[in-house]
Amino acid sequence: MSKYTEEELEKELQNKEYEYGFYTDIKSDTIPIGLSEDVIRIISAKKNEPQWMLDWRLQAYRVFIEMEEPDWANVNYEKPDLQAISYYSAPNSKPKYDSLDEVDPELLETFKKLGISIDEQKKLAGVAMDIVVDSVSVATTFKKTLAEKGIIFCPISEAIQEHPELVKKYLGTIIPQSDNYYAALNSAVFSDGSFCYIPKGVKCPMELSTYFRINEGGTGQFERTLVIADEGSYVSYLEGCTAPSRDENQLHAACVELIALDDAEIKYSTVQNWYPGNAEGKGGVFNFVTKRGLCENNAKISWTQVETGSAVTWKYPSCVLKGDNSVGEFYSIAVTNNFQQADTGTKMVHLGKNTKSTIISKGISAGKSQNSYRGLVKINSRATNARNFSQCDSLLMGNECGAHTFPYIENSNSTSKVEHEATTSKIGEDQIFYCNQRGIDTEKAIALIVNGFSKEVLNKLPMEFAVEAQKLLEISLEGSVG
Amino acid sequence: MSFKDKILSSFIALENEVDTETYAHQLRNEALASFEELGIPQRKEEAYKYTSLKSLFNKDYSLFPKKESAIEYGDIKPYLIHQIDAYRVIFIDGIYSSHLSETTHDKFDVCLMSSALNNPKYSPVIEAYYNKLAPKDGLTSLNTAFAREGAYISIGKNTAVEKPIEVVYFSTGNESTLMTQPRNLVVVGENSQVQIIERHQSLSDNQVLTNSVTEIFADKRAMVDYYKIQNDHLNASLIDHTSVEQKSDSEVRLHTFSFGGALTRNNLNFYQRGEHCNSILNGVTIIEGKQHVDHSTLVHHTAPNCESYQQYKQIFDDKAVGVFNGKVLVDKIAQKINAFQQNNNILVSDKATINAKPQLEIFADDVRCSHGCTIGQLDEDALFYMQSRGIGKKEARALLMFAFANSVLESVKIPEIKSRITKLIAKKLGVEIGFDL
Repeated sequence: MSKYTEEELEKELQNKEYEYGFYTDIKSDTIPIGLSEDVIRIISAKKNEPQWMLDWRLQAYRVFIEMEEPDWANVNYEKPDLQAISYYSAPNSKPKYDSLDEVDPELLETFKKLGISIDEQKKLAGVAMDIVVDSVSVATTFKKTLAEKGIIFCPISEAIQEHPELVKKYLGTIIPQSDNYYAALNSAVFSDGSFCYIPKGVKCPMELSTYFRINEGGTGQFERTLVIADEGSYVSYLEGCTAPSRDENQLHAACVELIALDDAEIKYSTVQNWYPGNAEGKGGVFNFVTKRGLCENNAKISWTQVETGSAVTWKYPSCVLKGDNSVGEFYSIAVTNNFQQADTGTKMVHLGKNTKSTIISKGISAGKSQNSYRGLVKINSRATNARNFSQCDSLLMGNECGAHTFPYIENSNSTSKVEHEATTSKIGEDQIFYCNQRGIDTEKAIALIVNGFSKEVLNKLPMEFAVEAQKLLEISLEGSVG
Repeated sequence: MSFKDKILSSFIALENEVDTETYAHQLRNEALASFEELGIPQRKEEAYKYTSLKSLFNKDYSLFPKKESAIEYGDIKPYLIHQIDAYRVIFIDGIYSSHLSETTHDKFDVCLMSSALNNPKYSPVIEAYYNKLAPKDGLTSLNTAFAREGAYISIGKNTAVEKPIEVVYFSTGNESTLMTQPRNLVVVGENSQVQIIERHQSLSDNQVLTNSVTEIFADKRAMVDYYKIQNDHLNASLIDHTSVEQKSDSEVRLHTFSFGGALTRNNLNFYQRGEHCNSILNGVTIIEGKQHVDHSTLVHHTAPNCESYQQYKQIFDDKAVGVFNGKVLVDKIAQKINAFQQNNNILVSDKATINAKPQLEIFADDVRCSHGCTIGQLDEDALFYMQSRGIGKKEARALLMFAFANSVLESVKIPEIKSRITKLIAKKLGVEIGFDL
C-alpha cells in the first residue's frame, strides 16, 4: 500500500463503478440460446470430444432435468431462465496459439485493460496463466517450462484429448454429476476450464493462474477446473474473474475439484470480481459455484477467497478430510455493497483421524446488501482427535445492510475439539475519529480499518493477489461511509 | 387410523364436552384447521432437521384421560420443592387437582386456565393475551385446538408475589399411552415480580407425550424468573413451546434444566418489544442412554438498547443426542443491542452426538453481537491433578462436570432450587457428593 497515493485513489474512484466493465468486440462463435440434449451434443462435437465424455455429459443432463433449483440460500433473485442462455461462446480466432504473437491483438488489448500483461507476467512474476474468455481457454503461458517438470497445465478440453486416463479417473469424483442443481448443469454443459496435474514429489516452481472473463452478452460461463496433486507434491493456484457491465444478469456456474493425494498440498486462491450490478441493483453476475477438495493422508488443502463482485454469490469451497492427519483451511473475505447478496462459507467434513480444519471468515456489508456466512463442520464418529476452529466476523456499514451467520456443527466424536466464534460489529466512531485527527480522511480511514479487519485473510494470499485484493476492497466499499 | 384422523375425530368428542360459544372455542376451530394444513413437523423442515418426531407420533395416544385417580400428597412430595411455602397448581393426567393445589385470587390470580377460558370475568385478559404470542406451527395449533387446562397466572400492577408459584403436571399411567396438551398463560403487570417453577412428571413408566404451550407477557419494568425442571421418566417425551414478550425495562430470566425424558424439545422464543429489556436464557443439559434433547431458541430484538444473554451448558454420554439451535435476530431499528450467546458441550462417549447451529441475523449496524460454541472434553490434566490428590476418578470427573455447569447454576435465585438441581446433577453423574465444597 505504500506507493498508493491519494491521486491514484481518486483516479480509481472515478472509474469505481466497475473498472473492468468494458466489452471487447471480438468476433465470437456463439451457438443459439437454449438448453437441450442437442446443445450438449453440439458442445461436445465442437470440442471433438470422445464418446465417454459425451456420455458423461448426457448422464449429468438427465440428472439435471430431474432436479429443482434450490432456494434454501439466504438470497433473493429472479431465477435465471436457463433456456435464454447461450451455452457456448468462443472467441472466433484460430483455436491454438504457439506463441503470443499469433494472438488476436484485440484480445491482447483486453488483457492489458484487465491489467494482465501476459508478457510482463511471463518475465516478472513468473506466473503461468491459462486465460478463459467466455467459456474457452485462449492462452496458456509457460507450458514448456512446466512440462519439463512433468506438470500438466492446460485447458481441460485439451486434457480430455491428451490425458483422458487422468480426466476419466478423477473428473466428478469429488463433485458427482448429481451433487446439486448447478453442479449438474455444469457437468452437462461445461465448455472449458483448467486442468492441472502435479506429478509425485514435484513442487510446482511457480504460481499457476487462471483468468476467467465473460465477454459476450447473453451467455453463461460454465467452466470446470480439475487440479490433481499427486503424492508429496505442492501447487499454488490462483483464479481471477471479471465480466463487462451489462443490464441483464449473467450466469456463472463453475465447478472446481481439487484432489490432494497423500502428503500433497494445494493452495487455491480466488479473487472474484464479477460485475456486481450497478448502484440500483440492476444487472450483475449470478455466481453459483461448487468447489470441493479431497484430502488423502497427510494432505492439505487451503482455500483463500476474496469475494467482491457478483450480484448474487452462492459458494461454499469445501474440504473432505478423508485421510488421517489431513488439514483443511478456509480463509475468506466477502464484501457486499449496494444490492449485492452473498451466501458463502465452507464445509469441513472430518472423516480421518487427527484431521484439522481452520475457518476464518470475514464478512463486510455496506449499502443495501446482505451478507451471510453458512458453514458446516461435521465430525464423523471415526475421526478421533479431530480439531476445528472457526471464526466468523462481520462488519456492518450503514443501517440498511444485513449480516447473517448460519454455522452448522455436527459432532459425533468424543475426542474431537470444535470451537466456533462469531461477532458482529461496526466501525467504531472513535476509530475513525482517531484517524481523522491524524489527517487521514474518513474514506481512507475506512479503507485502513477494513484492511486491518481483513488482514488475517489477506496475509494468506500470494503476493500479487494481495495487492490487488487490497485495492479491490477499497473500491468495492467506496461511497459506503454511513 | 393415522394420527391426524385421530385428532379430527377426537375434536368432535371434545366439542361435546366444552362450551362451544366461547372466544376460546373459536380459536380452537381456527387452530384445528391450521393443524390440518400444517401437520406434524417433518425432518425436512429446517427447524426439525436434527430432531425426528416420527417415533413419537406413530403411537395410539389417548387424548382424554380418565378422571383423577387417588393420588395423595405423599406420592408427589418428592417432585415438589416442598421445603418452601409456595402457591401450587397441580394437575393429574391433565386435570386439575384441587386438594393438592394451593391457588389464590387475593390481589392476583393464580388459578386455572379452564376457569379463565370460560368465566366472563377473565375475558378481557384472555382476549388481549391468549394465543397472541405462541408461534402458529402445527404443534402449537394442535395444542390450541385441544387446550382446556393449564395454569393461569395474572399479576396486576405494582405487585410482588411473595412466594414462588409451582406448576406441576403429573401423569399417573392409568392410560398406557397418553398425550396431554397443557396450556399456560402468565401475564405480569407493570412493576410486578413473580417466580415460577414448571415441571412435567410421570409417576409410572408408561408412554407419555406432553405438547405444552406457555405464553408469558412481561409489562414495563416487570421481573419474571422462570424455572423449567425436566427430569422425567425415560418413556416420557416433552415438546415445549414457550414464548415471552417483554415491554420496556423488563427482565425475564428463564432457566431450563434437562436431565430426563426420552425426547425433549424446547422451543423458546423471546420477543423484545420495548427499550432496555433484558432477557436471560440459561440451560443445563446432562443426558445419557438414548436420550435426545433439542434446544431451539430465538431472541428477537425489535427495539433499541436491549440486552440478551444465552448460556447453554450440555454434557452427553452413551448414545445421547443433543441439538442446540440458537438464533439472534436484530431488526434494523434495534440499535445499541448487546446480544451474547454461548453454547458449550462435552461429549463423554464416542457414540454421543451434538448438532449445533448458533445463528446470528443482524440488520442493525451499531450492535454488539457475539456467539461462541465449543465442543470438547474434560481436561485430562485437571483430572490427573485431582486423582493424584486422592480424589477418585469418577468423583473427579463429576466435580469437573459440575464446575462446567456451575456458571448457569449461579444465576438461580431460589436457593432450594439450586440445591435440588445440585442433587439431581450428582445423581445423574452417579456420585454421592454435595458439590458444596
